[in-house]
Amino acid sequence: MAAIKFEKALSRLETIVTELEAGELSLDESLRIFEEGVKLSKSCLKMLDDAERKVEILVQDKDGRKRIQAFSLEDSNSTES
Amino acid sequence: MPELFPPLLTVSELTRHIRSNLEQQFPSVWVEGEISNLRCPSSGHQYLTLKDQASQIRAVLFRSQAQRLKFALQDGLEVLVLGRLTVYEPRGDYQLLLEAVEPKGIGELQLAFMQLKAKLESEGLFQESRKQPLPAFPERIGVVTSPIGAALHDLLTIMHRRWPLAQILLAPVAVQGEAAAGQITAAIQMFNQLSPQSGKVEVLIVGRGGGSLEDLWAFNEEKVVRAIAASQIPIISAVGHETDVTLADLAADCRAPTPSAAAELVVPDGTRVKEQVRHHRIRLERSFKSLVAALTVRVQQSHQRLPEPRLIIGHFVQRVDDLERQLYQKVKQWCRNIQLLLLQHQSAIWEANPLLTIHREQDRLVELNRQLVQGMKNSVILRRHQAQLPISQMHQLSPLGVLGRGYSILKDLRNGKVLKKATDTMVGAEVQGVLSEGEIVCRVEKILPQK
Repeated sequence: MAAIKFEKALSRLETIVTELEAGELSLDESLRIFEEGVKLSKSCLKMLDDAERKVEILVQDKDGRKRIQAFSLEDSNSTES
Repeated sequence: MPELFPPLLTVSELTRHIRSNLEQQFPSVWVEGEISNLRCPSSGHQYLTLKDQASQIRAVLFRSQAQRLKFALQDGLEVLVLGRLTVYEPRGDYQLLLEAVEPKGIGELQLAFMQLKAKLESEGLFQESRKQPLPAFPERIGVVTSPIGAALHDLLTIMHRRWPLAQILLAPVAVQGEAAAGQITAAIQMFNQLSPQSGKVEVLIVGRGGGSLEDLWAFNEEKVVRAIAASQIPIISAVGHETDVTLADLAADCRAPTPSAAAELVVPDGTRVKEQVRHHRIRLERSFKSLVAALTVRVQQSHQRLPEPRLIIGHFVQRVDDLERQLYQKVKQWCRNIQLLLLQHQSAIWEANPLLTIHREQDRLVELNRQLVQGMKNSVILRRHQAQLPISQMHQLSPLGVLGRGYSILKDLRNGKVLKKATDTMVGAEVQGVLSEGEIVCRVEKILPQK
């Protein structure tokens, strides 16, 4: 799902709405982009609903190599203010 | 032990005496004055003169002390200095060796802040034109802050609540203390070195929770501010609470007053975006429905304009009938023409009968014979008649013949000219009248011209 970028999907959806509202397309074409639009709107909502919190941590080793590893907020103590 | 004669000393001995006296008497002293004649050679030591309205004294700030200063010394600056008095023996100058310098009437950090702000401002680091736009829907967000602060907790919680799609990459750093500025700078640079494959982020949040000016100091350090200004990735600064503006805030592409505010700035509100998507969906369905409705109306209208099928067939039936009738007539006409042609041929054949010709030729022969005989007869009669005709014509043409019928001819007696008109003569003239038998001479009594 991450393959479809949300911003791209939303902007395509906006384009489709505009095109369909302009009403200058053939029935076939309208049907095609209507279906595409419905799919896009569903996947946009699904992306937001299904997203899981993903936090990683970027650290640099002594030799200067960068590493990215999973990070859990619960691991750290968040009492310091 | 008083001495009778003043002692005789070398210059060095005297100078050493003076120096040890001075150093013992002023091992540590606070002095208040204005900096002038500041010199900063490449050695890193700084030389200056402290003065007030009446006096001045030389002072030196060695490199190790100079490096600890947050702000820069400058001519005209009123300062409080802590130092000890010493003598520079080669020149015999006495001077203050400075241990600490503080600006007078203003905090050291405040002064440093003002100085660095002015410097970086003049370099254009805070210009609006340098600001990069923030991405609307960031998918990867970098965070440079302490891993153990409320700031991170707030950031993560709010970002996740608003926009769960975003992935967060945290660079844990110290946000206060000696190491902070170096770590923050390194983290910003590290994020900028990440390639898209190795998890490049689209926007960076650099910050910490609120604190005193000292606590926030790392965000006023020159290298941090420069790293922020140089970053290719747009940066949101989120330092402290609303009232604290740091130089990092000024250099960042966007300033959030607090980490929580940064979280709200960096990602869109998922609830509203969902609402927007649903709204698009509704518009999509509505416009599609209206399209279908419009097409339906067009189909219906076209359907109504289709003619009755019976009418179409009736029309064709009528045409077929018509053509059939025309065909019948044409055939009849054709037959009639053929008939006529046959009759013509028949009579032509009859005409060509040789017996008929023979009969006709016989008739002609009889006729010619008859004409020949008649012609001959006529010719004889005609000749006879022709022979008599000139005699009677001769009689008729002779003027004497005319006289026989009672006519007379008048001639002028003098010249014998025949009178044809009354005016050919005159009254009193004598005219000769020739009659059928004999002549008379007459006198003209009166002339009566033709009326």
